[in-house]
Amino acid sequence: MAEQIKDVILEYVRNEYLEDGDDREVNFDTAIISGGIVDSFSMVSLKVFLETKYNIQIPDAKATPEAFDSVNNIVALLKEFGIE
Amino acid sequence: MKSEKTPFMKPYEEELKSFSFDISKNELGYKDGDIINIGEYCTDRICRMGKGDKLALIWEGFSGEEKRYTFNDMRQLTNSIAKFLRDDLGIKPGERVCMFLDKVPELYFGFLGVLKMGAIVQPLFSAFGPESLLTRLQDATTSAIFTQKKHLPKVRNILKDLPSLKHIIVVDDDGSKPLKENEVAFNMDKVERVDSFDVFPSTAETPSVLHYTSGTTGKPKGAQHVHYSIISQYITAKYVLDLHDDDIYWCTADPGWVTGTSYGIIGAWSNGATQCVLDAGFKADTWYKFVEKNKITVWYSAPTAIRALMKEGTEAVKKFDLSSLRHLASVGEPLNAEAVIWSQEAFGMMFHDTFWQTETGCIVVSNYPGMKIKPGSMGKPFPGIEVTVVDLKTSEPITKKGVVGMIAIKPGWPSMIRTYWNNEVTYKSKFQNNWYLCGDRASIDEDGYFWFVGRDDDVINTGGHLVGPFEIESALLEHPAVAESAAIGKPDPINMEVVKAFITLKPGFEQTKMLELEIMNFVRKKLSALAMPQEIEFVDSLPKTRSGKIMRRVLKAKEWGEEIGDTSTLENDM
Repeated sequence: MAEQIKDVILEYVRNEYLEDGDDREVNFDTAIISGGIVDSFSMVSLKVFLETKYNIQIPDAKATPEAFDSVNNIVALLKEFGIE
Repeated sequence: MKSEKTPFMKPYEEELKSFSFDISKNELGYKDGDIINIGEYCTDRICRMGKGDKLALIWEGFSGEEKRYTFNDMRQLTNSIAKFLRDDLGIKPGERVCMFLDKVPELYFGFLGVLKMGAIVQPLFSAFGPESLLTRLQDATTSAIFTQKKHLPKVRNILKDLPSLKHIIVVDDDGSKPLKENEVAFNMDKVERVDSFDVFPSTAETPSVLHYTSGTTGKPKGAQHVHYSIISQYITAKYVLDLHDDDIYWCTADPGWVTGTSYGIIGAWSNGATQCVLDAGFKADTWYKFVEKNKITVWYSAPTAIRALMKEGTEAVKKFDLSSLRHLASVGEPLNAEAVIWSQEAFGMMFHDTFWQTETGCIVVSNYPGMKIKPGSMGKPFPGIEVTVVDLKTSEPITKKGVVGMIAIKPGWPSMIRTYWNNEVTYKSKFQNNWYLCGDRASIDEDGYFWFVGRDDDVINTGGHLVGPFEIESALLEHPAVAESAAIGKPDPINMEVVKAFITLKPGFEQTKMLELEIMNFVRKKLSALAMPQEIEFVDSLPKTRSGKIMRRVLKAKEWGEEIGDTSTLENDM
């Protein structure tokens, strides 16, 4: 299940935040926030995606750049909400 | 141990009596009528002063890679870029060359290279989506654009609508994929260095930089600056940022915005300062580590970033040795008193708020080194620039203390914009009663300090960047589900404002969280993440005047918990 969640998030990040033709490598450990793939404003849409997809509410205090900085970090965050 | 320096600027009242921009001209060695070229003043001139071996740029990418360039490196590389544009591509003086790059060294040197060969440089934020990019390139009839592989798809997608765009210059092409027609690789680290280049003999009023800025209505406007702007930018960088010869300076702004060029390029390098650039997304630890590693002494940042750092607390600061810092300044939106007080706790010194805008080209109101800071205040006018607040109706200066009016500047300071590109009518409308009206409201207290109140229009200030509601609403209307839309600024603890959209849906569409996400992403991809509504409220109808105009101010007042004001022209109740 955890692997499936990882794949879903990774695919979403690749599809939504990379332009067609942008061939940057993004994997589970890639720094997506500090690496400039998802900026702090776009992070909100990623948060809304996670909330919608997994039917949870992520408080702003938990939605930090660190918590969203890689797919692996996001998976760890989702665990706190019982999603694994 | 923080280093103590005597500020360049004399005590404020004393400076006020003696200052004139002639000081700046004399220090730069400029006399009226001389050739003046920003590119030359920031590179060759500094080398002639014997600082060729001094570090000009310490650059770090998001993965930690580092590049260092001396002023002599910068002089030669800006020559190489200028020669490439002029001789290889045939770009003529006055043509527009866009910089659509992340904060890579090529952006900084490209900016100066364009100026050296006499073209007009048009920096654009690399996070802009295709539509934002298209609007600005079409308006400027841009001839050439510098970009990176990762942004190339955006340019290719709109190329068919840009007949004037003849050259797409890719700065990181590695040959792995063939470039298309009109695309050319330019690898700055491998290019032949040009030691001598006959710089374009620009004079004071020769156009230099074209920065696009958003308004309430219509498309973004190109604020056109001239080479003479350096007279303001040099001296304000020296006096307000207090850049001394041994300072290590970090301006966190992206050169897609005016702070990143006026003080991230021109102000810093015309003073011969060593500056650092971090091309990475925001993360408190990364930023503090960058300050510690490079022993940064002067730090110019934005309230959004400061509030984000504040959120991480003072404990995060204590993990690093930030004792090199000696002067902090901020720009982009009002710096709230809590943030000023927090910075004293966290760094042992206060952030100095500065106020200015794309059109002013330089800092016009500020807190100065050595001057008493009133936390939350914008400070006082820069000497040599007459700033006041005027009555909103008569444009007459308000003499009574504490009364709110429009911030107004007496025209004539060196870096004032000269026009809006293709839009002289709007430019002229900014002047009333021989004052330039900023569009921001403030009051002046009994000690002469300015206090920001808010915008006088519907423009949204998010994270220090102005976003036009009209542009967002137009993009929203292109979504198949959206019937009507209104965009406003909603209060936000970090970004001051974020975009909130009110939407009525077309028949057959349902209000769902998934649709909200889809619309958010739709705007983000079309315009930019800044313009993406951070919240969407689906409504049955929007408040309109009897003539059918959507009344944003009604929505905004409700959102901010303010009085709605005159609703006599309101057609319907919300």
